[in-house]
Amino acid sequence: MEYVVQQIMNALAFGAEYALLALGLAIVFSIMGLVNFAHGEMIAVGGYTMVAVSALALQNPLIIIGAAILVAMIASVTLERVAFRPVRYADPTTGLLTAFGVSMILQNLFLLLVSPRPIAVTSLYFLEWSIELGTLRISSLQLFETIATVAVILLLMFFLKRTLLGIAMRAASLDFEMVRLSGVKANRVFAIAFMISGLLAGIACVFIMARRGSVDPHLGFDPVLKAFVACVVGGFGSLPGAVLGGFLLGAVEVAMLVMLPQSLGGMTDAFVFGIIAVLLIWRPDGILAPRTEKGDKQ
Amino acid sequence: MLTVENLKVFHGLIEAVHGINLTVPKGQCVALLGPNGAGKTSTISAITGVVRSSGAISFDRRLISEMSTEARIKGGISVSPEGRRVFANLSVEENLILGGALKPDGKSKRIAHWYNTFPILGERRHQMAGTLSGGEQQMLAIARALMNDPEILLLDEPSLGLAPKIVSQIFDIIQKLRDEKRTILLVEQNATQALRLSDYAYFLNNGRIVAEGKPEDLGDREDLMAELTGIS
Repeated sequence: MEYVVQQIMNALAFGAEYALLALGLAIVFSIMGLVNFAHGEMIAVGGYTMVAVSALALQNPLIIIGAAILVAMIASVTLERVAFRPVRYADPTTGLLTAFGVSMILQNLFLLLVSPRPIAVTSLYFLEWSIELGTLRISSLQLFETIATVAVILLLMFFLKRTLLGIAMRAASLDFEMVRLSGVKANRVFAIAFMISGLLAGIACVFIMARRGSVDPHLGFDPVLKAFVACVVGGFGSLPGAVLGGFLLGAVEVAMLVMLPQSLGGMTDAFVFGIIAVLLIWRPDGILAPRTEKGDKQ
Repeated sequence: MLTVENLKVFHGLIEAVHGINLTVPKGQCVALLGPNGAGKTSTISAITGVVRSSGAISFDRRLISEMSTEARIKGGISVSPEGRRVFANLSVEENLILGGALKPDGKSKRIAHWYNTFPILGERRHQMAGTLSGGEQQMLAIARALMNDPEILLLDEPSLGLAPKIVSQIFDIIQKLRDEKRTILLVEQNATQALRLSDYAYFLNNGRIVAEGKPEDLGDREDLMAELTGIS
């Protein structure tokens, strides 16, 4: 029983991280058709911010966490302004290549300006202790990660349902020009989308850093690749799909880790992607892919 | 109120409209008629600034040709576009809320007003707009366009693809808007109905204005009507 609960917590924590990042990708993709592969670099930006803030001898964890999230948001909005705005209405391929370019430039900037080696950030270790509930023992960090993710998803739902900009963003995923024709500024919608995306990356960054305890230039690569897979599984462009895909990927990954014999331990990812391949044969567009609207004359 | 001078509209390298002039005076309904592909929607798109165009467009004595789309809408232009383009993934109410993005004051009052005018929209306020029928979507598109309380309404093919009974309902609505002394530029293929509702009409074909005048004069021109319907 204990073991099962422990593995469920593992799956939820993995899934929460993927879901956060997948949402960040999906929100940008849904309105501008851009797969933002530079999303992972926002995680690294957050990590390096933590290093910088610690170096300034500000050891208050709240300041460190706040600064990391804030800088990730600012970086994300800045990227939109500098790199993605010029290609906003260009072909999706152009956007994709731009995102790869931005990602490489940022990684190389970290290499050149900071260090190719991992830098330790120890100030978040306090987030990790074990909570004992009777005979159960679970990690506080995993609990925080799951709770934070659920809270963020609820807040995002509230924003998308109840505020004018949220409604505009949902509408923009269908017909951006018509949103502009209602008088909502396109620049504002894009800026908010990237800001939310940066916020999600910043929150994910806090948990990734608390778990790993160090930052290196390629910190964001793996998580974003997983988030991309989560988006594909859930249905690209669908926000509920991104969340579902994230948690599903987390669950499958933990299941494989648990069930595969020791000798196949190194093949976990191969099995995970194998399962996803089968899933995609069943639903090629992803589980919750937005249905194409059959409208009138377009 | 709205003046268009020597307007040329481009789609990529193709020139779709070859230098037209038209005027919509305040409080009048002006019809822009013509067959499929004549350049009517291109003209509307140029006025809202979503396509590349040259020439001078002025509105309320201000030159707007260089302004962004959003700024033009803020200046008091609103459009009910061809194909309605309601936000299918939003509820009816959310469509109206978004339509009134620029005029937050008294928004709920205006929404209530439209539910009064179109009771069917009120009944379906929480339904996704994509589930509405074509006629209901057209009503929603018109209501949404008026949520910002615009100075001028550009109505692009409101009767397109609707059943005859619904078409006459839509024209009744336009008649009502006209009675309210709203300024309207009405784009239509249905010339008979549009002429009945307008104060002045332009006839567009192959990107040029081939005739203009009072509806009673144009309505008798059989050559124009033949061109419009394709019957010769």
